[in-house]
Amino acid sequence: MKTVSLIIDGRKITANEGEILLWVALDNGFYIPNLCAMRDNHEPMAACRLCFVEVAGRDRPVTACTETITEGMTVNTRGESALSLARQGFELLMASHALDCAHCPRNGSCELQKIARHLHVKLKSKHLRKLERDLPIDTSHPLFVYDANKCVLCGRCVRVCREHSGTGVFGFAHRGFERRVTTFADEPMDTSDCDHCAECITVCPTGALVPKEEQSP
Amino acid sequence: MKEIISSDIASSFREIKARAESRWRELFNSDKPVILVGTATCGRAAGALEIVHTLRAELKRQGLDCPVIEVGCMGHCYAEPLVVIHKPGYPAICYGYVNPVIAERLVKEFLTGDNVCLEFVLGAMEENDLIPSFADFPRASYEKKVVLRNCGHIDPTDIDHYLANGGYSALGKALRMSPEDIIDEVKLSGLRGRGGAGFATGMKWEICRQAPGKPRYVVCNADEGDPGAFMDRSILESDPHSVIEGMVIAAYAIGARHGYIYVRAEYPLAVERVRIALRQARKAGLLGRHILGSDFSFDIRLFQGSGAFVCGEETALIASLEGKAGIPRYRPPYPATSGLNGKPTVINNVKTLVAVPSIIENGALWFNGIGTEKSKGTAVFALAGKVVNTGLVEVPMGTTLRQVIFDVGSGIPGGKQFKAVQIGGPSGGCLPESALDLPIDFDSLTEAGAMMGSGGMVVLDEDDCMVEIARYFLEFTQRESCGKCTFCRLGTRQMLAILDDITRGQGKEEDIDTLMMLAEAIRAGSLCGLGKTAPNPVLTTLRYFEDEYRAHIREGRCPALMCRDLIAYYILPDKCERSCDACVGTCTVEAIFPNPKRIKVIDQDKCVKCDTCRVACPPQYNAIVKLSPPSEVPAAVK
Repeated sequence: MKTVSLIIDGRKITANEGEILLWVALDNGFYIPNLCAMRDNHEPMAACRLCFVEVAGRDRPVTACTETITEGMTVNTRGESALSLARQGFELLMASHALDCAHCPRNGSCELQKIARHLHVKLKSKHLRKLERDLPIDTSHPLFVYDANKCVLCGRCVRVCREHSGTGVFGFAHRGFERRVTTFADEPMDTSDCDHCAECITVCPTGALVPKEEQSP
Repeated sequence: MKEIISSDIASSFREIKARAESRWRELFNSDKPVILVGTATCGRAAGALEIVHTLRAELKRQGLDCPVIEVGCMGHCYAEPLVVIHKPGYPAICYGYVNPVIAERLVKEFLTGDNVCLEFVLGAMEENDLIPSFADFPRASYEKKVVLRNCGHIDPTDIDHYLANGGYSALGKALRMSPEDIIDEVKLSGLRGRGGAGFATGMKWEICRQAPGKPRYVVCNADEGDPGAFMDRSILESDPHSVIEGMVIAAYAIGARHGYIYVRAEYPLAVERVRIALRQARKAGLLGRHILGSDFSFDIRLFQGSGAFVCGEETALIASLEGKAGIPRYRPPYPATSGLNGKPTVINNVKTLVAVPSIIENGALWFNGIGTEKSKGTAVFALAGKVVNTGLVEVPMGTTLRQVIFDVGSGIPGGKQFKAVQIGGPSGGCLPESALDLPIDFDSLTEAGAMMGSGGMVVLDEDDCMVEIARYFLEFTQRESCGKCTFCRLGTRQMLAILDDITRGQGKEEDIDTLMMLAEAIRAGSLCGLGKTAPNPVLTTLRYFEDEYRAHIREGRCPALMCRDLIAYYILPDKCERSCDACVGTCTVEAIFPNPKRIKVIDQDKCVKCDTCRVACPPQYNAIVKLSPPSEVPAAVK
């Protein structure tokens, strides 16, 4: 396969032609915040709007998950306009996230905490209003607890459930602020067709899907 | 070989056209009068169907043989129901504000007698010595009908009416041209997409034609959803064949065999009339296999959208057509290279497609001669809001906003002051008085912070609060956001929360900075055009009316006296008439009582600010006023 070379944060990188910038950067040790991207997903979902980078010759930051690398591309993952956009996107997510790290099983392994560290922002926004959705927490499933109030709608669980296990328990419902990941007709998780593969817990970046302590997989 | 096909096309077309023309002549050149009634949705809402019924019943009673034909929107929606009477010996006369009593009189006095009933005349359709004609209206010198050429003149359910007025001639001509020549012609005309973004139509067609992959598709985007906009609906209801003709030409140019008209299910009349038109076009050999005997085949299916605003965005529209949820995806690839089912797809707005037959018929240079340097042709607007002559307007690009609002629309009713014009719907913005002399074209409106949009134009006067208007549009976009991407889903919700607070008098000084910051972030960070443009109503009102925001935040005062939490009703004691009880009786919550001097007083704790008393107060007293902030109400009577 043909390779192309590009420069990320001043370092020359060689990678296969046609690859997605986000994966090339991550594989070479450059962290770019991201939530909704998945490697085996053919089309970028481009929904979380966090992986902004600056590419020379482009007047605005672009999302790394939608950029195919090209020969001679010069990328800056630390540019101020890209980071500022990512920060604002992240703050919006956090302003609608049920923030309770101290009691959250994901504390320490949460990707939101990682992104906050990378972007140097507090988890609690100073100037945005706290807009929570107050959705019920589903504890019905024997393996996991689903707390929609902590969900960032990255869609990873929706995709693994469909593509890996083929069951399709999860789906998106409603629109706008009301959009959420749920089951068909909002049925409790234990009455769904879940085959207990637990893939969704593995991919969830937040505390929305966490294993029940006594039965951790 | 090509010559033979060309002459076949010509002769088969000549045949159907000749038949249509003879029917048209029979209708209008006989000694029988003909009545046209505008029964597009605008007419129906005003009672046009009842007028049709009354006219027919009265004609029968009088023993008159006179066809009553339902036509589309004539543009003068403010004066609906509209009736046009063609009576031999008279110019065709248009009557406005017709009610059943007037309808009966028109039959009795004008059709059986010779009284033209001048008091009900809106204008004559042609110049004459008898009655003032529409050509004498100030708007006539600005209007130029290209897209709306047939609206209100023909029966939209009769293909012969369209054919007799030059319809499908452009198709006949196009089929004798090469697809490349058609694309060149459209490129040369300078036609830009009328859906809002203004992308060059010819270029889009060329990209699609050259894209690898088959089949290709043509999609007509009739998912009009801006509040206050009704251009596309009116065109589909009034002249559906022109949309079909434009689509067939587009399909021939790009090499498509299948097309879709994506229209909202909330437009039942448009759906019905398009269905009829499709059936008639197929029967006449203008749609389907071997169109006009050529070896070009193309057919159109009607798809009813379920009313999600975001489905007007082209990638969401395609997802919806494919049976998926109407959610936009990342572009590129653009639909012209990878659209419906991953195949090259041209998506054009209704008005773009309707302009195409005129361009082919009259030539690119003719179209290119209308408009400004970078925006060619005409602009169609649905003029609504606080303007005297609401309706459907078409003017050449480059006409100023002032001309459209004050000359075509006759200005603001009730002697009120113009405040702003909301143009381009939820993606557009509010432009103030100082922007009124801007020429209407794609670039100057974008520069002013609004956008051409698809053609909604809502006029606002001194009684409209700009913060409330911004809040209204934000509420609309955040409700219609698909919720996929962070900025649009959560950013518009944050902005709405701030605007809610400001209109309730709970705004904080720093809220304006937060609004600006959010607006810029949403604009730069959103996935699709709906999100990117959602902050425009807020950005433009902040840019041109920041003092109104400040008045709400600092003084708890709504300068337009519109925000309910920031106003109070007050009865001016020196104007209140002792013997009058009009307000007391109408108050819905018994908050008004007479004091010992029989001057009426409002109990502010009980008042729900419903405005009923102010309306009820007789105009000769005009004693009830709105005050803002509520603390303006004198303490003694609080």
